[in-house]
Amino acid sequence: MPVTDKSVAASVRKDDEERVDTVDRWDESHHGKGLIKPPDQLELTEAELKEEFTRILTANNPHAPANIVLYNSKECCYKPTVVEQMIVHFVVEGSLLHQDSDEARRQKAKGGLPEETATFDTGAGPDEAKPETLDTPADDEGGAGEEDRPDSVASKTNQKKEAKVTNQFDYSERACQNLNNPHRQIGCQPEPPPRSNFSSLANQWVIYDAYMEELQKQERNKEKQKAAPSKKDPDNTKRAVVSTDSHGHDISKVRKAVKIIERMVNQNTFDEIAQDFKYYEDDSDEFRAQEGTLLPLWKFQYDQAKGLSVTALCWNKKYQDLFAVGMGSYDFNKQEHGLLVFYSLKNTAFPEYSYPTKSGILCIDIHEQHSYLVAVGFYDGCVAVYNLNKEGMDAVHKSTAKTGKHTDPVWQVRWQKDDLDNNHNFYSVSSDGRVASWTLVKNELVFTDVIKLSLNGAMSEGTEGSQQPIIACGTAFDFHKEIDYLFLVGTGEGKIHKCSKTYSSHFLETYVAHSMAVDAVKWNHFHPKVFISCSSDWTIKIWDHTINTPIFTFDLNAAVGDVSWSPYSSTVFSAVTIDGTVHVFDLNINKYEAICQPAVMAKKKGKLTRVEFNPIHPIIIVGDDRGYVTSLKLSPNLRKKPKAKKGQELATGPEVEVAKMDKLLSLLQQPENSTA
Amino acid sequence: MAGTGEGKKEEADYKRLHCFPLIRETDMPEEMKVETMELCVTACEKFATNNESAAKMIKESMDKKFGSSWHVVIGEGFGLEVTHEVKNMLYMFFGGSLAVCVWRCS
Repeated sequence: MPVTDKSVAASVRKDDEERVDTVDRWDESHHGKGLIKPPDQLELTEAELKEEFTRILTANNPHAPANIVLYNSKECCYKPTVVEQMIVHFVVEGSLLHQDSDEARRQKAKGGLPEETATFDTGAGPDEAKPETLDTPADDEGGAGEEDRPDSVASKTNQKKEAKVTNQFDYSERACQNLNNPHRQIGCQPEPPPRSNFSSLANQWVIYDAYMEELQKQERNKEKQKAAPSKKDPDNTKRAVVSTDSHGHDISKVRKAVKIIERMVNQNTFDEIAQDFKYYEDDSDEFRAQEGTLLPLWKFQYDQAKGLSVTALCWNKKYQDLFAVGMGSYDFNKQEHGLLVFYSLKNTAFPEYSYPTKSGILCIDIHEQHSYLVAVGFYDGCVAVYNLNKEGMDAVHKSTAKTGKHTDPVWQVRWQKDDLDNNHNFYSVSSDGRVASWTLVKNELVFTDVIKLSLNGAMSEGTEGSQQPIIACGTAFDFHKEIDYLFLVGTGEGKIHKCSKTYSSHFLETYVAHSMAVDAVKWNHFHPKVFISCSSDWTIKIWDHTINTPIFTFDLNAAVGDVSWSPYSSTVFSAVTIDGTVHVFDLNINKYEAICQPAVMAKKKGKLTRVEFNPIHPIIIVGDDRGYVTSLKLSPNLRKKPKAKKGQELATGPEVEVAKMDKLLSLLQQPENSTA
Repeated sequence: MAGTGEGKKEEADYKRLHCFPLIRETDMPEEMKVETMELCVTACEKFATNNESAAKMIKESMDKKFGSSWHVVIGEGFGLEVTHEVKNMLYMFFGGSLAVCVWRCS
């Protein structure tokens, strides 16, 4: 607050007038002199002395900046800060008290002044009150003494009235700070409400059209309601027209027709082959003594199967023109996806069905009675069942890690007769040494381990407890055609075990068959004792399961991929080797060499992997490692029946075939016996 | 003359026939849809000549009824592409020449 110099001076003078007077008087009385002036003081005239200089003292600090800002992180902006703007020019501690204040009253009480005098004193100036207050400390001592006296009534009343003033030398102040709770930040973000986009264009035409359409619809509804009871037929036709219009793009309506047309076109295109398949017999066979030929018919290929090799072939037992092809890869480093394809001889250009799979397929089997059920074994150890009647690309049943899938590739699956509860079931064999039985129970695929293969006999036969038996890899198996429980398992170590479904603990027999993995093992279709095995060690061996050594051994000079007995003769079988050759043997004609071994594929182009006889027609299908399946017709020499003697009726039937094989066996065994 | 007269008549006919509200697109629940539609009709009838006021009225009423962040577009011709909260969008025609889009997005 700006105050003029003069007014300050005046007020000060007013306040202290009397005191200054007293001091002056005291000075005068002691020194008896006037003002003492310093010698170098300016001599001023009276007029000069009287002259007034007005100076304004402000409490505002002129040097204090007014525009300092500080960043406030709480509000995220700069805030002006208040800098102390006041300057203190002069400070003096006063000893005056307001007489109405608490302190003044206390001191008065201590000084023993009666209230009346205090109130009376209020009229007096502060100078009068002041000496009294100044006196109080001196009085206090005396007063205290008086107060100590118990008989003093006044002191008692005073004591009651006054709270004791704390003795500032005789108390302690204590403080403590307890631990602050640590701060913690918790944040959460709720999911924003779902949003969607909408876009539209509005203009007069659009609006007009919309209204027109709506009106028409309303009119139609009205008409319909009116006409509903009376005119039903025209309405229905109208609706039918509308419905065909709306579904005009649905191609599934014409699927059946298209399929028929496709077959017709294919039959026209491949008319020659179809004729060959049905009627052509190689006449040159008559001029050849024993050899036969294989006539290539259709070649099945499918774009999606490129890069995959045929790993399994299986004819449908019910529809003899239909066969299944499993695609995958034998190469450990090239495992990608697989494909299950069904071709028909009636449409050779495109598969009837195709099911892409995630893992490569290694084996398939079509159920004998229910030909729509296809069991599939995968490289990843899964087994699955596909149902051709069901829509969709997925398997109807699939084993998972939870439901006991194999841990290694499944090399063969085979349907079995329905069990006692009429549930479909099949067996599988895998490199993990397990032969498992799978049963389709409602929606589930239930497994039971039938046997576990180990190198030294079956599981429990080995040293119990301490040693983990070394697991043998199962690579192939086949079930006996007549004896239900009997089956053979070929292993990766080249052994073949004869097992029984009922004994899971040990093998009935073990044949040391091959020096490399057994690729296929198959029972003869006719003779109950004979089976055949082939291996990558270049050999095919034919066995009597009662004898430990092979009856026949053929060396084909290349790894044998697959071998298959013919369904029409007990002595005919065919094999494929990786050099691209198909070998057809008829033991009845030649016990030492193949009677036909044409190269179906150029050697460098690829390997043949699988071969399968058609159950009725005289053709075989051969799969290779490029995803192609070739069908070949067997020439008459390859399916020659024993020549009927004149006058004797040509005997046919399984008995004849068995007799044929028996004859062969006895021929072989006799020299053996004689040598022994 | 006859042609124009006919045209006028047609136009009047059209106006008469096309005064009803026509919902083109909505994902609102039924109750909300009806309420919103009625509100739009009321607003457009009240401010027949001032679309802005109508839009304002719709927006404010919607904010009051269903919570904040409503947006309204009214016009005779426009294109729009909006992101809206699901179950909070209505696009309708009204009166034969107006398009109203009400949506919510915060």
